[in-house]
Amino acid sequence: MRYSGFRVLKEALTGHKGWKPAWRDAAPQPRYDIVVVGGGGHGLATAYYLAKVFSKSSVAVIEKGWIGGGNVGRNTTIIRSNYLLDGNEPFYEFSMKLWEGLEQDFNFNAMVSQRGVLNLCHTDGQRDAFRRRANGMRLNGVDAELLDADGVRKMAPFLNFDAARFPIKGGLLQPRGGTVRHDAVAWGYARGADSRGVDIIQNCEVTGFKIDNGTCLGVETTRGFIGAGKVGVAVAGSSGQVMAKAGIRLPIESHVLQAFVSEGLKPIIPAVITYGAGHFYVSQSDKGGLVFGGDIDGYNSYAQRGNLPVVEDVCEGGMALMPMIGRAKLLRMWGGIMDMSMDGSPIIDKTDIAGLYFNGGWCYGGFKATPASGMCFAHLLATDAPHETATAYRFDRFRKGLMIDEKGMGAQPNLH
Amino acid sequence: MTRLSGGLIDRSQTLSFSFDGKSYGGHPGDTLASALLSNDVRLMGRSFKYHRPRGPLTAGSEEPNAIVELRNGARQEPNARATVAELYDGLNARSQNSVGSLRFDLLAVNDLLSPFFAAGFYYKTFMWPKAFWEKLYEPMIRRAAGLGSLDGQPDPDMYDKGFLHSDLLIIGAGPAGLAAALTAGRAGADVILADEDFLLGGRLNSETHALGDTSGSDWAKAALAELASLPNVRVMSRTTIIGAMDHGIYGALERVSDHLREPAPDTPRQTFWRIYTTRSLLCAGATERPIAFENNDRPGIMLGSALRSYANRWAACAAQDVAIFTNNDEGHRTAEDLLTKGVRIAAVIDSRADAPKTNRYEVFAGSVVTNSAGRLGLTSVSVRLANGETRKVACQGLGVSGGWNPNVHLTCHQRGRPQWNADLAAFVPGGTLPPGMRVAGAAQGILSTAGALSSGAAAAVAALSDLGIKAKAITLPKAEDTPFRITPLFHVPGKGRAWLDQQNDVTVKDVKLAHQEGYISVEHLKRYTTLGMATDQGKTSNIGGLAVMAEMTGKSIPDTGTTIYRPPYTPVSIAAFAGRSAGPDFRPTRLTPSHHWAAQQGAVFVEVGMWLRAQWFPQAGETTWRQSVDREVLATRKSVGICDVTTLGKIDVQGTDAAEFLNRIYANPFGKLAVGKVRYGLMLREDGIAMDDGTTARLAEDHFVMTTTTANAVGVYRHMEFCRQCLWPDMDVQIISTTEAWAQYSVAGPNARKLLQKIVDPAFDIGNDAFPYMGCGDITVCGGLRARLFRISFSGELAFEIAVPTRYGDALMRRLVEVGQEFDAVVYGTEALGVMRIEKGHAAGNELNGTTTALNLGMGGMVNKKKDSIGSTLSEREGLNRPDALCLVGFRPVNHADNFAAGSHLIGKDDVANAANDQGYLTSVAYSPNLGHTIGLGFLKNGANRKGETLRAVNPVQNAETLVEVVSAHFIDPEGDRLRA
Amino acid sequence: MIIPHPLLGPRDSQEFTYLGDVSLIDRPDWQATGAVDQFHDYLYLRDNPAGLHRELWFHEQGDRSWLVVTRDTRTHEITGAELARDVARTKGRST
Repeated sequence: MRYSGFRVLKEALTGHKGWKPAWRDAAPQPRYDIVVVGGGGHGLATAYYLAKVFSKSSVAVIEKGWIGGGNVGRNTTIIRSNYLLDGNEPFYEFSMKLWEGLEQDFNFNAMVSQRGVLNLCHTDGQRDAFRRRANGMRLNGVDAELLDADGVRKMAPFLNFDAARFPIKGGLLQPRGGTVRHDAVAWGYARGADSRGVDIIQNCEVTGFKIDNGTCLGVETTRGFIGAGKVGVAVAGSSGQVMAKAGIRLPIESHVLQAFVSEGLKPIIPAVITYGAGHFYVSQSDKGGLVFGGDIDGYNSYAQRGNLPVVEDVCEGGMALMPMIGRAKLLRMWGGIMDMSMDGSPIIDKTDIAGLYFNGGWCYGGFKATPASGMCFAHLLATDAPHETATAYRFDRFRKGLMIDEKGMGAQPNLH
Repeated sequence: MTRLSGGLIDRSQTLSFSFDGKSYGGHPGDTLASALLSNDVRLMGRSFKYHRPRGPLTAGSEEPNAIVELRNGARQEPNARATVAELYDGLNARSQNSVGSLRFDLLAVNDLLSPFFAAGFYYKTFMWPKAFWEKLYEPMIRRAAGLGSLDGQPDPDMYDKGFLHSDLLIIGAGPAGLAAALTAGRAGADVILADEDFLLGGRLNSETHALGDTSGSDWAKAALAELASLPNVRVMSRTTIIGAMDHGIYGALERVSDHLREPAPDTPRQTFWRIYTTRSLLCAGATERPIAFENNDRPGIMLGSALRSYANRWAACAAQDVAIFTNNDEGHRTAEDLLTKGVRIAAVIDSRADAPKTNRYEVFAGSVVTNSAGRLGLTSVSVRLANGETRKVACQGLGVSGGWNPNVHLTCHQRGRPQWNADLAAFVPGGTLPPGMRVAGAAQGILSTAGALSSGAAAAVAALSDLGIKAKAITLPKAEDTPFRITPLFHVPGKGRAWLDQQNDVTVKDVKLAHQEGYISVEHLKRYTTLGMATDQGKTSNIGGLAVMAEMTGKSIPDTGTTIYRPPYTPVSIAAFAGRSAGPDFRPTRLTPSHHWAAQQGAVFVEVGMWLRAQWFPQAGETTWRQSVDREVLATRKSVGICDVTTLGKIDVQGTDAAEFLNRIYANPFGKLAVGKVRYGLMLREDGIAMDDGTTARLAEDHFVMTTTTANAVGVYRHMEFCRQCLWPDMDVQIISTTEAWAQYSVAGPNARKLLQKIVDPAFDIGNDAFPYMGCGDITVCGGLRARLFRISFSGELAFEIAVPTRYGDALMRRLVEVGQEFDAVVYGTEALGVMRIEKGHAAGNELNGTTTALNLGMGGMVNKKKDSIGSTLSEREGLNRPDALCLVGFRPVNHADNFAAGSHLIGKDDVANAANDQGYLTSVAYSPNLGHTIGLGFLKNGANRKGETLRAVNPVQNAETLVEVVSAHFIDPEGDRLRA
Repeated sequence: MIIPHPLLGPRDSQEFTYLGDVSLIDRPDWQATGAVDQFHDYLYLRDNPAGLHRELWFHEQGDRSWLVVTRDTRTHEITGAELARDVARTKGRST
């Protein structure tokens, strides 16, 4: 069923009786050509592009809970392509371009809102680094602007310019950056995949892989064995747990990242703004809530919740940068499990087991990557070759010394 | 109707306040909501989506409707709940979310258009034409969305943080909490009793039940008086326990001054506490829930328990005639209480066929309310009687009692799930609670007063017994002990809209639509319809929504799901979490030993990590920073300059294995460094990337002093402790950070030695033979002050660094300046320091950026392969040793008048400027006053072999491009004659 | 969180800095054959368990001890804390 303004009008006048389920609640078939493990944003996007772009007709997504219940439904919804390194920038720009046409593509309004992403700098060294980054973006054909302090003030006059511990010296603005309604991304991909024949199987947890002679033949699940020509795993924070069932150790640790939302407020924050001297970033949702976050708690965790030191640290950053938010009230906090990789960059690659493919290590930046991750993983699953924008995301980059370390923090996941 | 009789308000005082510009009177003890109701004001807000008129549904913190802006100007607080806002004289409140006025809200047109605004409608439209989303639709939606507004000015109030410790934290001071506190307090345990209300006692203040021979509120008052007398008990009113975090740590928000017009001087508005407790007892009571029916959201319709609270505690009722709609006995309690207060009861509509009978008021048994009327406030309800007839009942108030939901919120903060109790038709705490927590009273599903008292006391005894504290059972008064009888009814079927989530305008229809479209799991339901996402987080709506979904799926409520409750229990101002670490006090400021002297000189300071360092020292007549910096550089290279370098990390390394330890920490060898010598060291991370650099001096066979960069001082120390304790635990080596123990100054320039000779005690020869380049030693200065002298140079000049105990740092700076006068010595700041290190080609933070190897830095040869050192092995990986690896080189403009900027990228002279042709980037750029042109350092592919080549330094983001020549990074004195002079 | 420091008693985790898996103590022999591969596995690969995790914490705002803390990554429950130096010795590390 196609969604449109006309359809909404018609349904409104006829009591909304015509709406159909956004996706079928499919039961598992004995075998699929491709089984995607993980019904999060990346898994659903992968299935969508497998069906749509690579014309795969026998595809299933299996999800242990309900789709969109992982990080795609618990992030701070930011999209941007302001990356520094060659291995990353073309990929994230590819993702940005996919975002820009996504809603029309999958016929679901995910509220892609390109109101800009502004990263602030507070030292000359940071400004030099931003200039390097901005120029790198420009050389990749990506929009970037360097603002001086006055430029920042024009855009966000409410920032703390006069009594700051770390004065604002300028900022790196990506005008095309912004936010997307996160849940809608999962639902839009699910609906689009479903309508192209993909089976979305919820409440179906992988309990093991059937591996014979170095080849993966399918997955054991709580709903029985499902045979597969190829299995692609895209399970974010659960990467280590799932891949361990295939005997694979990963360059990944699972950490908790907390995020926060305030009560609804009339519009006051014009763009995504990140503090460069503390752990704080914020945007305002269409509903009016300030959506904000900061650093990961820093310890391995699968608990999906964090602790007060980081809550306080984030709010301290907020109050250092924009003391006008003091009387806004934090409404809800939550935690997600981040698949923190060893260089802060993801992996989209084959494994040493034939027929078993892996997509993970997104750290806390997976949401913005969702479309490109899905497209590139679909490309790999369909063609056995990496997509041209994802050639660097290999397992062996650590063995070869080809790390893609945006922050320069080395092999310590909680610092990325 | 004006005030009823009685109540726990102080009628001797009248407080004046305003709402939407109109003045009213109230009394101490009132909330804004009770005061407005007592002034017959029922309309207090508008709903989020349909802009429906709304009055209070509740009398507590679970309020979804009566949400207002409080105060003006910078103190304006959006989304304050009128039901808990304490009245003070001069309170100024305004309604929110209306366009026009509260009574005539233009956006109420949304209500007429509601068929188009069903759940999730926005996911299905606003997509065409594509450009219209951002230009038209979204701005429209944004303007309409949001509730209250921020003023945009910095919050002027102070917020505090505090830390408390207890044996037992009791959350909630109703009958269960008070009984528990008395039990534990008398037993001598360290007890904290916290309650969100300003008047403690919970429902004891809202009900008319006697406890023994006194009223509930009097019993509570006496209990609190006793608790106040116990030194081991801390009673915290206006304090909400907002979260149960790991290991018995609870977050608590105390609203210290919100009941005042503004905080008293030096008093915080709010304090955020972390309470560390061994045991906790949740006595948070229960929240009554409504029954949904068509148009159940009009002002005047509220929870039955809220009607009782307003009447009994606040002597307020904004209706002459009140009807009651109930599925349990609570409705009858409400009717009795209101009758006692002189309010007319229009009818009690009891959905149960076996409703209690009375002749005190009319009871419609087996009947339900099907609709209501009244544009800005209730005027009547429609009742469907047991016999199927419909009757209209005129009333301005309707009390709805749909049953009680125990406040299990905090029991779920560590992912415990509540469990269904069929007798109560409600979720009660599940088996898995946060460690150390117990639950008592209504929060546990024990709804009678007697049950609350006894379960609270018993839970306290049990909690203390865990801690080895014997508590005696206290004597409890005789109290109400009626069993709870309910026949579940969550919504009355009907064609119109029946509200579940009143703030977000989520109706029964929306839940049904979500089901129809497959958004069935609780999380999908919540996210698709926004049920329970409003400021009240669904405290009165989640269970209703779940019940409707259960009905649709044909499953039981517990099989349909539970929602996960997350902190905070009620919203907390962001400023409270920040406390005093806000604005200029965001982080501590570290000052160097010469800071006060520098400030007296009018130095300009710059933030370097937590430090403030002098950036340059403007002199009379200098109008630009460049003039000052150029002067400092030129004077230093001409004669001598002094610079405070205390911020560099200093690590003292001692022990018989100290040399071998450093051998493994640094990539280059340190084992054979002679006593009295300094060596430059390059430290790698285990992945082979440069971590830090600095100099290390050997003061004795078993004693070294290491310096690190300012930025990495903490990390390097941590790393060395890791190596020492975890990798080589038996090495005889001890380390300690001495960064703050020594004040250290660089004295650089041709006259550096002459200047120092003025202060170094004569016993010490610092001539070139006795104290050559890279020499070091313990000395005394100024007549016996112990000092350390290192002949090292960052500037490339003849230079020393001299260190004295920090407390002499200020004095030493003043002495150096004084004796330096005869050499025209300058004091230079970080800018001049930076210029001179770029002139000399030294790498610093911009080059040691966490991705560069020794090879990149032009120091590949330093990684010694004959020994084990951190990072040595993995530095051999092929990707780190490519032939075209980036290499640090120097750049100068082909045309000396041209400038370029750090962060420019390097592109071949005739190549198109794009990513494919990117050859590297510039890291550090400065104007060299010695050379008279701009110079730069940067990383260039295969740079070591490209000297003399001309490239373009492109800076497209600033529309700049400069032809540059690749040169040696050593712009000044490449042979090093000066520093050996 | 509260870490039961073996020398100092219960301390707030905010006083500590986290590093990661206790296996980081098991630094390979630089002269072993295949040292680069061994170092790769040591530095980059993790078990990343959902359950008991032995992990390194540094008491940075305290006595500067490195500790090995045993913590459940699903519940955050801490069941033990030892001096990392002692653990290193039991793993056979010396000089």
